[in-house]
Amino acid sequence: MPFDIYDFTSLTQWIDTSLQNAMSPFWTVIVEMLIVGVLILLFYALIGLFLVYAERKVCAFMQNRLGPNRVGPFGMFQTIADLVKLLLVELIPIRKADKFLFNLAPFIVIIASFMAIAAIPFAKGLHAIDLNIGVLYVIAVSAMGVIGILLAGWSSNNKYSLIGAMRSGAQIVSYELSVGLSLITVVILAGSMQLSEIVMAQADGWFIFKGHIPAFIAFVIFLIASTAETNRGPFDLAEAESELTAGYHTEYSGIKFAFFFLAEYINMFIVASIAATVFLGGWMPFHIGHWDGFNHIMDFIPPFIWFIVKAFFIVFLMIWFKWTFPRLRIDQLLTLEWKYLLPINLVNVLIMSFIVLMGWHF
Amino acid sequence: MRSIIIYFKEIAEGVWSLLKGMKVTGSYFLRPSTIVTQKYPDNRKDLVMFDRFKGEVIMPHNDKNEHKCTGCGICEINCPNGSIEVISKTIMTEDGKKKRVIDKHIYRLGMCTFCALCVKTCPSNALAFSQEFEHAVFSKATLIKVSNKPGSQLMKGVE
Repeated sequence: MPFDIYDFTSLTQWIDTSLQNAMSPFWTVIVEMLIVGVLILLFYALIGLFLVYAERKVCAFMQNRLGPNRVGPFGMFQTIADLVKLLLVELIPIRKADKFLFNLAPFIVIIASFMAIAAIPFAKGLHAIDLNIGVLYVIAVSAMGVIGILLAGWSSNNKYSLIGAMRSGAQIVSYELSVGLSLITVVILAGSMQLSEIVMAQADGWFIFKGHIPAFIAFVIFLIASTAETNRGPFDLAEAESELTAGYHTEYSGIKFAFFFLAEYINMFIVASIAATVFLGGWMPFHIGHWDGFNHIMDFIPPFIWFIVKAFFIVFLMIWFKWTFPRLRIDQLLTLEWKYLLPINLVNVLIMSFIVLMGWHF
Repeated sequence: MRSIIIYFKEIAEGVWSLLKGMKVTGSYFLRPSTIVTQKYPDNRKDLVMFDRFKGEVIMPHNDKNEHKCTGCGICEINCPNGSIEVISKTIMTEDGKKKRVIDKHIYRLGMCTFCALCVKTCPSNALAFSQEFEHAVFSKATLIKVSNKPGSQLMKGVE
């Protein structure tokens, strides 16, 4: 069994060929899909649990508190205890709710984030599906989650839920533009929409350094817009707890609530990993020009570690935003998008195209 | 032209103020020494409360078991809840004069709102706040306390 921590291609190929030898091609595909599904599910649950813990701990430190510290060392098992509690909580049936849509909504939200995670390259060869339109696919799929939120708000038969869902809809419709345009800036620079090729193009320098100022502006805009897209603070109007109790998931309880809760954190991880892949070089180590000694040391760190560190750096930034900035009003939210982010983004795309045209990038 | 300058100025100012906010939270994040949370039941032994903390009203006694309360009853009159009751008695002093002193200074902790009117208005500074905060008891009667210790006397020189 060939196992190389720097390149997973040989491992996945070995699994593929041994499965091909053992069974028919149809069953090979089924078994491979099952393996990928189980792995992603496991990863999903672990990341979800860890992110909830990390957010609680980081926000506590930012507010001069200690955060969870009772269950296990440093409160590390707090989220597991919370999960067990959520699984045991009663599912309350809502009178006059649209039962079918009410039960369907959490699954739409969670399936959307599942589909997005499939396209992310975690390391060399550790990539569930490498589409040649990876960037477009990720944008399309991650925007699907809002359908689940809208359905949840509509079917709950609750005014708070509906207002929260409508706000979320308005928010996603506007901020999706900025996410798309800031990713297009990078697509222009990379000359490809395939995520693996985007990562390979960053072997001699990450795009945030290669693309001069326009790439940095695109990175900042992507951070702002993707924070808004995941309905996180300071853009958490959809579940503004002081105004709308809990927004679109007011009426949900138990495991269905856990789905929404988990999807929020996984979406945060997904946008962080897209930002890491597209702007910070994905699993590519940090290289500086011709410093061969330094570059060799950096190559020594496995790509998977590089990816996780970058993704968690972005996640940390987003947590930092959430616990520092006050929530925006709905008019401020739309002003920020349509008056500032979108025009800047359009000009930014133009400048980037010009730079690429003239060959001024590194 | 002017509006364009204002547009970019607003962006710069906005970004600057956001960065300032992030600096504050970021500095707290990097310095765990700023954490104010007490791990209360764990650090019960060495937990020090603040001087300003109003735990309960007490009557400080010195080492000769003397207090400063003259039994004037001003605290009883001022207390909005009627938590304080001063029961006085008359004694004969050595030089044959009649003098009023306190028999019992009753303080009902269960009714007290810690407004500090008694402590502030006491003419001889006989009352004070202690830092004691573990007031949970099993019966209400335990919350009725006698502030002056048994056998205590008025401090010399306080009238």
